[in-house]
Amino acid sequence: MRGKAVIEKAACAACHAIPGIKWPQGELGPSLDGFADQGMIAGRFSNRPDLLVRYIRNAPSMTPGTAMPAMPISEGEARDAAAYLYTLHDR
Amino acid sequence: MQPLIFTRFMTVEGLAGWPPPVFDPAGPFAGSITTLAWVLTGMAVAVLAIVLLAIWTALKGRPALRKRLGGERMIWIGGVAFPVVVLTLLLIWGLSLTSGISKPIAGTDMRIRVSGEMWWWRVSYLDGQGREILRDANEIHIPAGQTVALELTSADVIHSFWVPRLSGKLDMIPGRTNVMRIQADKPGVYGGQCAEYCGGPHALMGFVVVAHTPEDFGRWMASRQAPPPAPATNEARRGAALFASAGCAACHAVAGTSANGLAGPDLSYVGARRTLGAGILPNNRGAMIGWIGNSQAIKPANRMPAYTMLPAEDLKAIAVYLEGLK
Ligand code: HEC
Ligand code: HEC
Ligand SMILES: [Cu+2]
Repeated sequence: MRGKAVIEKAACAACHAIPGIKWPQGELGPSLDGFADQGMIAGRFSNRPDLLVRYIRNAPSMTPGTAMPAMPISEGEARDAAAYLYTLHDR
Repeated sequence: MQPLIFTRFMTVEGLAGWPPPVFDPAGPFAGSITTLAWVLTGMAVAVLAIVLLAIWTALKGRPALRKRLGGERMIWIGGVAFPVVVLTLLLIWGLSLTSGISKPIAGTDMRIRVSGEMWWWRVSYLDGQGREILRDANEIHIPAGQTVALELTSADVIHSFWVPRLSGKLDMIPGRTNVMRIQADKPGVYGGQCAEYCGGPHALMGFVVVAHTPEDFGRWMASRQAPPPAPATNEARRGAALFASAGCAACHAVAGTSANGLAGPDLSYVGARRTLGAGILPNNRGAMIGWIGNSQAIKPANRMPAYTMLPAEDLKAIAVYLEGLK
């Protein structure tokens, strides 16, 4: 649940619909429903914790030009957020 | 609508002071209202106890007592004299306790005009003559320890201005100006919320009051007299050009530039705001891009169009430009 608090604080949901977060459910980015069972991150990187943590903190360094911005969170916070995303299984 | 307000971002430091606690006054005006609320609650409990006792006596009491309870004297005392005396005293006390909150503006009052707009807040700082000296939106800055008179009005429908920790709740009515005073005893950030259903995303119409020490407030006011700094990087300059070419300037003003739209919040110092979307999102890069790109998903039916047609790098450049306005 620490991860959920990080996600709320950073306002990831301004762009993503994220199960467990009632509001907002932004639509600029993809829904993260079922993300734990997804094969790829952003269609390019295999869905592994280390890559996800890097991606969450600084997506533009991995996919230049993406609308997913570098987010102002620490490495530890990114790990917590990733842990939360890995609880989001297909329903 | 209530649950939405109270579950959103419970844990967010970016939205300090949210949700605003209702029974935790932080100034004299909110203090007297809280006192009144507790006294009324106490009286209600006392009256309920008396009534229950009377019912019990009527059903199970000794015959002599029951006879007294049913007598004419009891009706005069309990049914007429008691409520008349108690309610009159309460009315006088309550009115005198809260009379300072909305008495007419005097020459020396610090004045701020706040206009409710569907679904955000237009804020104007006024001088002693009521002339506008500064424009802002969605955030109200005040000196701590000092009374500030708010002139509340509305541009469209009835809204209601409410900062529970600083004062009462007063309607904002189109074509009228209602005065309400607020005061914070200590510097801090105090959450506020529209308290009169005004359609659509009413529940997402919030704001914050920022109380500074008097010295800090003076510095803040002085710094706001100048236009915001010009964009400093190539990306920010590109963002400024996009701000004009994408049509943002038709609805938004940025002091010192040709952007002078009035349909939306003044963005002259949007980079310095604590929140975006009228008190509902923390102000960071992600929320800024997310708001500009698709505010309709965040605050459905608000009056700013979504800009999903702008490519990602344009959204980012505009966000970088706006972040720099501080
Ligand atoms: C400004 C809007 C925005 C914000 C804020 C934002 N994202 Fe994203 N996010 C995007 C977009 C757009 C994509 C799609 C990027 C792509 O495919 O290149 C994305 C992609 C992702 C992905 C990959 C999704 C997939 O299906 O592969 C994850 C995971 C993710 N974001 C997590 C987060 C987290 C966690 C936060 C908060 C710390 C966050 N995002 C904040 C816009 C945003
Ligand atoms: C049709 C008028 C209109 C246009 C065009 C428009 N906006 Fe807005 N904008 C608004 C309104 C109205 C709001 C307040 C929405 C609310 O909170 O209900 C707003 C809010 C905002 C906010 C949040 C301000 C705050 O204090 O919370 C930002 C930032 C913003 N707009 C940026 C932009 C940018 C950048 C563009 C151009 C890409 C743009 N707007 C185009 C009307 C407009
Ligand atoms: Cu309202």
